[in-house]
Amino acid sequence: MRPRPRPVDLPGVRKQLVAWIARQASEDALRWLQDRCAEIAGGAPVAKCFLAFSGAPRRIPKDTLALDETDLARASALRPGWNPANWSVDEAARALLVLSRPADDENAWIRMAEQLFSTADARESAALYRMLPLYPFPERFRARAAEGIRSNMASVFQAVAHRNPYPSEHFDEGAWNQMILKALFTGSVLHKIIGLDARSNPTLARMLVDYARERWAAGRAVSPELWRPVGPFAAERHLPDLRRVLRAGDEAEQEAATLALAQANAPAAGELLGAFPRLKQRIDAGELTWESFSRNRIEGMA
Amino acid sequence: MISRTTDDYEVMRAGGVAAVIEPAFWLGQPRTTVGAFKDYFSMIVGWERFRAAQFGVRHYCAIGLNAKEANNEPLADEVMELLPLYAAKEGVVAIGEIGYDDMTPAEDKYYRLQLELAKELDMLVLIHTPHRNKKEGTSRSMDACDDMGLAPDRVIVDHNNEETVREVLDRGYWAAFTIYPFTKMGNERMVEIVREYGPERIFIDSAADWGVSDPLAVPKTARLMAERGIPEDAIRAVTYDNALAAYGQSGQFSEKDWLEPAPIDQRDLYGGNSVLRGGQAPVVQEKGLIIE
Ligand SMILES: [Zn+2]
Repeated sequence: MRPRPRPVDLPGVRKQLVAWIARQASEDALRWLQDRCAEIAGGAPVAKCFLAFSGAPRRIPKDTLALDETDLARASALRPGWNPANWSVDEAARALLVLSRPADDENAWIRMAEQLFSTADARESAALYRMLPLYPFPERFRARAAEGIRSNMASVFQAVAHRNPYPSEHFDEGAWNQMILKALFTGSVLHKIIGLDARSNPTLARMLVDYARERWAAGRAVSPELWRPVGPFAAERHLPDLRRVLRAGDEAEQEAATLALAQANAPAAGELLGAFPRLKQRIDAGELTWESFSRNRIEGMA
Repeated sequence: MISRTTDDYEVMRAGGVAAVIEPAFWLGQPRTTVGAFKDYFSMIVGWERFRAAQFGVRHYCAIGLNAKEANNEPLADEVMELLPLYAAKEGVVAIGEIGYDDMTPAEDKYYRLQLELAKELDMLVLIHTPHRNKKEGTSRSMDACDDMGLAPDRVIVDHNNEETVREVLDRGYWAAFTIYPFTKMGNERMVEIVREYGPERIFIDSAADWGVSDPLAVPKTARLMAERGIPEDAIRAVTYDNALAAYGQSGQFSEKDWLEPAPIDQRDLYGGNSVLRGGQAPVVQEKGLIIE
């Protein structure tokens, strides 16, 4: 199910960004930034906005934004689903600059954003994609976000795919499925994708199992995370694939296959699961979940 | 570097090249639309930088409208509007390469407009000196900088030879030498220039474009200088320190970038999964017969 796009409290977001940046930027840099934002908010020529956007890292540090649980809760209150946990300080500054542009003329605003996207370097692209959930006209960025998914740079792809509520709210099924497949294909983890479980669908499950078979034929492994979106839609004809993983896979793969089977509706799934009582018991006891799996098997290995 | 292969990057890294500066220049045939310039600038601040990083080479660039293409005035006007979008980006160390080719009025106009832009943005300038009528072109290039009130130590004059170096140094500019195989500047001549003028404010660079050129020209010349008795500190100055001092004035080019890369950059640039082409390890490997 595609969740409804959520409203953004833009003035609140701007205020919050300033407060976070102020903790880590020098006083001079913060003053520079606030002066630029005031100019932009006052309708300065768009070229001023471009120069400030490009030049932000010349003054604002590139360190990761230091946010605690309270900060993240605030972010989520200002824009449901917004998770700036992996933003850098200069990305926050860039967001602040872009979001300072008055949004009274929709087409002018889109033109500015498109110009920024189409001339962006890699770090600028990542910043622009990370702020997708904050844009005032979010539905106008669908094609652009799909373009980010086509990037061959991991940092850009992950800016769209990871910890970003935009794709789950705006991508149609085709774009969503491409994003999941590309994540697997390129070694990006799945569990950081917001809406991973909610947006799973039978077509995706089929694509993923086909992909696993293709990899096996080439003598290559697949990430055990592949089985997470497959689980609820695993059909009778996918059970031999899961049986193969349970018999021949390593411990992580076996856990993933068991988790998938536990969610499957196919009648024979329960039977297959019953043949692996030790793993099934851990699921029944709540010890083995997709969350614990991501923590121990995916992040633990990174 | 956009016309070089990944093999070039591999041998460069193995040859000790830690960083490259790619100046925006002429592509061998004229561009006909402003979009072609936009894509080109985007490529050298974006994808090419990323590509270089996969081989452990840090990539920087200079942004500018080259002399040859300044002669298409309607297009040149559009490119001038594009430049501020790129000039302040990370890793852009100068406005360049700009200067004269045939020394036409149009070339002069856009060269001076770009010197003005550099001054306004407080940026360094990288000058391409013409291959024909070089001595006069070099003098005129510096005259224009003097007219605009640019500080000579914030301007790098490139493609020098025996005929131009004296005046460039005397006027306080940086004198860069581009090593080209066969034609404009061979490295044996370069050794003699360093012997004669010493290492101060001189440095060498490689032609590494679509023509006959050798991306290893700098390490090879360094070795040749050592074989021919140039002292080690002078070699280091003309192949490393001076370029660092000249372009380092931009604030966008620092030894720390490659000696102590910030973790956040390392994640982007050297991470095992940073080139997304399906499970291909982006590290330099011995090339065997088997293609996996
Ligand atoms: Zn040149």
